[in-house]
Amino acid sequence: MIRLKMEMLELSINELIERIPWVEEYFSSFAIDAAKFGDKKLEELETSPGNEHFIEKGSNYSAFLDGFFLFIEQVRDLQQGDGFTVQSLKVVPGHDKNGKKEAYSVELKKGEVTAIVGPTGSGKSRLLGDIESLAQGDTPTGRKILLDGQVPTDEERFSTEGRFIAQLSQNMNFVMDLSVEDFLTMHAESRMADELSHTVQKIYDTANILAGETFSKKTPVTELSGGQSRALMIADTALLSPASVVLIDEIENAGVDKIRSLELLVSNNKIVLISTHDPLLALSADQRLVIKNGGIHKRLKTTNDEKEHLKYLEKMDRKITLLRDQLRMGEEIELTELLT
Amino acid sequence: MKLVTIAGPPSSGKTSIIIKTIEELKHRGFSIGAVKFDCISAQDEEIYSTHGIPVRTGLSGGLCPDHFFVSNIEEALSWAKERNFDFLITESAGLCNRCSPHVKDVLAICVIDNLSGVNTPKKIGPMLKSADIVAITKGDIVSQAEREVFAYRVRQVNPRSTIVHINGVTGQGSFYLAKLVERTPAIETLQGAILRFTMPGALCSYCLGERKIGDDRQIGISKLMNFRGDD
Repeated sequence: MIRLKMEMLELSINELIERIPWVEEYFSSFAIDAAKFGDKKLEELETSPGNEHFIEKGSNYSAFLDGFFLFIEQVRDLQQGDGFTVQSLKVVPGHDKNGKKEAYSVELKKGEVTAIVGPTGSGKSRLLGDIESLAQGDTPTGRKILLDGQVPTDEERFSTEGRFIAQLSQNMNFVMDLSVEDFLTMHAESRMADELSHTVQKIYDTANILAGETFSKKTPVTELSGGQSRALMIADTALLSPASVVLIDEIENAGVDKIRSLELLVSNNKIVLISTHDPLLALSADQRLVIKNGGIHKRLKTTNDEKEHLKYLEKMDRKITLLRDQLRMGEEIELTELLT
Repeated sequence: MKLVTIAGPPSSGKTSIIIKTIEELKHRGFSIGAVKFDCISAQDEEIYSTHGIPVRTGLSGGLCPDHFFVSNIEEALSWAKERNFDFLITESAGLCNRCSPHVKDVLAICVIDNLSGVNTPKKIGPMLKSADIVAITKGDIVSQAEREVFAYRVRQVNPRSTIVHINGVTGQGSFYLAKLVERTPAIETLQGAILRFTMPGALCSYCLGERKIGDDRQIGISKLMNFRGDD
């Protein structure tokens, strides 16, 4: 790396941008545009535009330079998949709000869905919080989280910076003023994805399959309907987010194919946790945790009987979708269509 | 005594995350005091008080709030020492995007929110660029993709920092922040300590109360825009 640094110092801004296109953004945050400084070597920037220029931008030349090399290293890590993927998580029992020890430890595996059920205030969010912070007996519940059976090191705990876990909740909205295509491109760029347009197309197509109503690539993300937004968020998280774990807090929104959404996440090797009151979602999970008084009260595998119910629920769900579409198209509903 | 300076644009959620972090630290048996530096008015004293956090508020009024910060930070530290706090946390609003109360060898945290837009990290100066920790708030109301893009943009302007995602409402993430704050080394005095960045200049006639507009009124350091360049 030291030799490489020496070499880079000798290169002009244009040459650097040609070799590593994404550094252009780094330069631009210090107002070093290729148009103006393209021919300057990296090391020449110290004299022209000079340290004053960097101070004006809230930094200085040496911080700019150190940051440049650090940024390259970090992005390279990002390209190599973050170096932080796990096969399984284990929740080692803590205690409930009365200090009573939890009866169950729970294993969460890649490609599996775990539902979390329990009344509001029972402690579902606490559990999600414990997982997010990779608790080590140092949260109010006293739970410990093991990664692939191991206690994570402090470094692992603090270096995740939220990249380890993706979250999706009913309250989330798009706020960027961009079209679907530009939005996905921007995300893909920040993820250093290969074959940008291919990645963008794939997410777009997938989102349209999940959404009840299709949308165009030119639609501003802020104008998408609730269902379309959810569909785009799910497709994007499944296909582009680096996170190994996806925490979902209710997706009972109409207009998104819930079962397919879960399948998509699972097929992309995510560990999926979903906090829900929706029987369709709860029963399509592999297991469910019942939370009571702040603790894991029960751990249930979805039984065969329940899977029979699930089939019926899916049928109902399809029927509802069909009826919704019929109503939307101005049709009348006949008695023969009554679900029995 | 461990000192932490926290700064961020107005309404980015500084007070909320400070309170959540202090609560985490209290759980671990520490005592913490807070000082809020603001410009015109600060209603946060009550919020701190309802959480049982000893607080002092300073209003800079007509002065540059960061200059005001430097003039008062030592006294703040003495106050905290007298009270035997383990931690003193200062909160100041970065109003001109160029301010920065950060001091060398004192833990510096910048708070910014996901709603401020993906171009905001570029617009904020040393307050963000020289921070050790960047706490990103309001992630609970934007999409995962936007959170990731925003964090990447922060990385672009400050690759050295540790990024913490934190929810000021539920406190999610404050656990991390408290852990990082806890690790910071103690300091005895700020005598001779050095600011991480030069404060914005304040040496013109308008700094001294001039209100009339006009060439002849402009005395001291001023800077003119160029309107005559090519379009």
